Amino acid sequence: MSFTTFLQQCMTGISLGGAYALIAIGYTMVYGVLRLINFAHGDIFMMAGYFMIFAMASFPWFVAIPIVLIATVLLGVVIERVAYRPLRNAPRMSAMISAIGVSYLLQNLATYLFTALPKGYPEIPVLKRIFQIGGISASLVTFLTPVLTLVLVYLLITLINHTKIGMAIRAVSRDYETAQLMGIKINRTITLVFVIGSLLAGVGSILYFTDRMTVFPFSGSLPGLKCFVAAVFGGIGSIPGAVIGGFVLGLGETALVAMGQSTFSDAFTFVLLIVILLFKPTGLFGEKATDKV
Amino acid sequence: MKTTNKNRTRNIILTALSFALVLGILAYLQGNRAQYSYAISILERSAIYAVVAVAMNLLNGFTGLFSLGQAGFMALGAYTVGILTIPVELRESVYYMNGISDVIKNLHAPFGAALIIAGLVAALVAALIGIPVLRLKSDYLAIATLGFAEIIRALIASPQLDRITNGSYGLNNIPKFPNIFYTFGIAALCILLIILVIHSSYGRAFKAIREDEIAAESMGINLFRHKELAFVISSFFTGVAGGMLAMFMQSIDSKTFQVSLTYDMLLIVVIGGIGSITGSVLGAFLVTAGREWLRFCDNPLTIGGVNIPLFRPGFRMVIFSILLMVVVLFYRKGLMGTNEFSWDGLFGLIKNIPGRFRRKRKGGAQ
Amino acid sequence: MAKNVLHMEQITMQFEGVVAVNGLTLDVNEGEIVALIGPNGAGKTTAFNCVTGIYEPTLGEVSFQGKTILRNCPQGKMKKLYAGDAPMVEVKPLIQTPDAITKMGIARTFQNIRLFGNLSVFENVLIAKHMRAKQNIFSAALRLNYKEEQRMRREAMELLEQQNLAHLKDEIASSLPYGLQRRLEIARALATEPSLLLLDEPAAGMNPQETLELTQFIAQIRQDYHLSVFMIEHHMDLVMEISDRIYVLDFGRLIAQGTPDEIQNNDRVIEAYLGVTHDAEN
Repeated sequence: MSFTTFLQQCMTGISLGGAYALIAIGYTMVYGVLRLINFAHGDIFMMAGYFMIFAMASFPWFVAIPIVLIATVLLGVVIERVAYRPLRNAPRMSAMISAIGVSYLLQNLATYLFTALPKGYPEIPVLKRIFQIGGISASLVTFLTPVLTLVLVYLLITLINHTKIGMAIRAVSRDYETAQLMGIKINRTITLVFVIGSLLAGVGSILYFTDRMTVFPFSGSLPGLKCFVAAVFGGIGSIPGAVIGGFVLGLGETALVAMGQSTFSDAFTFVLLIVILLFKPTGLFGEKATDKV
Repeated sequence: MKTTNKNRTRNIILTALSFALVLGILAYLQGNRAQYSYAISILERSAIYAVVAVAMNLLNGFTGLFSLGQAGFMALGAYTVGILTIPVELRESVYYMNGISDVIKNLHAPFGAALIIAGLVAALVAALIGIPVLRLKSDYLAIATLGFAEIIRALIASPQLDRITNGSYGLNNIPKFPNIFYTFGIAALCILLIILVIHSSYGRAFKAIREDEIAAESMGINLFRHKELAFVISSFFTGVAGGMLAMFMQSIDSKTFQVSLTYDMLLIVVIGGIGSITGSVLGAFLVTAGREWLRFCDNPLTIGGVNIPLFRPGFRMVIFSILLMVVVLFYRKGLMGTNEFSWDGLFGLIKNIPGRFRRKRKGGAQ
Repeated sequence: MAKNVLHMEQITMQFEGVVAVNGLTLDVNEGEIVALIGPNGAGKTTAFNCVTGIYEPTLGEVSFQGKTILRNCPQGKMKKLYAGDAPMVEVKPLIQTPDAITKMGIARTFQNIRLFGNLSVFENVLIAKHMRAKQNIFSAALRLNYKEEQRMRREAMELLEQQNLAHLKDEIASSLPYGLQRRLEIARALATEPSLLLLDEPAAGMNPQETLELTQFIAQIRQDYHLSVFMIEHHMDLVMEISDRIYVLDFGRLIAQGTPDEIQNNDRVIEAYLGVTHDAEN
């Protein structure tokens, strides 16, 4: 493999990793506040893909993108309101089954509404323009994804660490009942977490599908699981962890594909999950939680 | 409710009668096979799913281990049965694309033995997987088992194993059960064995773990050993059911065993009631039959010349997912909760029906 | 002198920088009732958890009936962090899971009752019989262990009868009133056939009348089951009434030990409980 090919592959991996990172943040934040794997997150991301197809049918891209983001955020918030909030004090298994149920519903709904056949993802000409840097040539979206990811993550971390609402999110993640006693509006905070998570999933969806070119009802399920693994890898609850996890997965997967082992590129994710759970169950930056006896 | 002696006799008679009734229906269906082939196939699939659901319930409902690896263990069982039972003379044609590995070329077993081996393969893999993953707590365990199921599927589909699993072409020409008594008999036997486990001292230990791991440990129950045991037993029967599914479907490929298959099983367990064996069995038949019955939703429907707009392909799955959400959100206990079917319970329910109406009316008046 | 049942030697439990139990050495002899008291957060429950295998002590040794059952010294990064009083010595660690400890004959109850809430009273006790059964999964599933199962059930039932819980055997454990839940938890612990019983605040949440009954109950089971009892308790009436010896823990360190009389008149104990400083006294 020549050095340029190597760099080219790295670029692909980083770009994929960026999209993964954006989705992984949604998992990590929701898990942080609700202790729930939001199985539907990957499907929210898939729905965002369909929203884009419809939005682009009638509007230019700069109008379509905000519409898609707003619709995605609404979807995320509605899911939380309808499917998760009533089960907040139920056993964890119920909440998890509800999450799986929502995922199942979204997939079936998408199959029903848009058929199981892959639909072409609209091209945003600007993003598709090919750039040449050194020996590497790639479309703008490939370069843009990691940059945009890092900018968004920077903004998010600033929000969480330096604003009042960010402090509320941190408090709820730490201890939800105490936070409530301290007068933090739990429902508003959790809604906000879903807003942020879905927004980033929306952005991730645009970046991801622009590279993939098609959307189908199950195109969210595997990326969803992978991004959850990325979040676990980085340490659930940690945003920088999720980002690093996203990039590690993106690079690892691309490397396997480059080596001609594409059948195992999906399995790689789960091998990584099992390795991390065995050797450092709290992930790279996770905090240890112990049962009180 | 105390079972009196009189009731006990009544219950035994009722059980024997219903058993005879089921046998009678099966014999009738078997006798008129050609006519009822559609109904038979639904019932057979239900029976197989019931085994998986009951095995899943052993883990999720009785031991409190939320495992989502069912599809993977079913795949192991299905491929084992496929590889062992496809008639030797047909193998050339099944593997015509990739060729067949010499190791399995002449490996053949009658289906009974093949099903047991299928269970053992799944159990062995579960034992190995269990060592790392059973240390994990609830949702991590779910994701890890889901991950392993995907790894199993990826391995089955991988080009390296083409000469054994036939890669993406899958296996076909798997022989069918000679008659439906085998399907139902084996399914009933599996479920019976699981029930026996649940009602044994080990079953109580599993329930103790579900209730409180720390207290269970302080009662001298070794957590790892018992979780591993529950996991292996559940996987054994899931593997057997996977093998039965292979014999039922006659052709399988790795796409049969996607995560959605696990979710279907979860749907059955949840609708039946997590922690109820009879619930899972009931759920398996209702969900499988319901899914077929709702097939009309997938076709355009015209009533009196008016085209009902919602009815088109995919609608029945939407109905199913909404049903699941309704059960999860509003009727969390499912059909049976953690209760089991009993004649006393049934009669009690019938007796209570008028009372319920009365109470409701009173409630309305206030 | 009576035979030693439990011996804790320099038991130290450190979480990150916090030393919760610091060089605790104590003994429980055969037939004794020994109490471990101290203000909230003194490290009493942590000490219990070190004995029952729920925590791996950072340092120290536990022996039971003369046999070492747990042993440890700081490992890995704890070597640098270690801040306990006891000197660090290199030993070969011996770690056991809680079930193994229970099997040796140490049973316990919990501060915040941990019954199997959705199971019946009878099942709660019956589960404790599982560990000593000789069956395996095949014999149990195929009912080849019929005799043994019958014996387990009979023993569990006898125990319930002795504890006056027999009439409640089909009740769901979590539906029992608080006092009975405590009683059931003790009965369940007894069902494991222990020679040492660890009680973590058995009288917590009880009124004076219930506490009095519990006092008699503990004295009774010691006799009936030939037990040694090691308990954590805050109700001083109970402690002073039935304890043979008392150990007092404060901020993880042992500050006093002796008979109830000695402890009642010990200045350091009074100081720890009342928070009186020497300056204030002067």
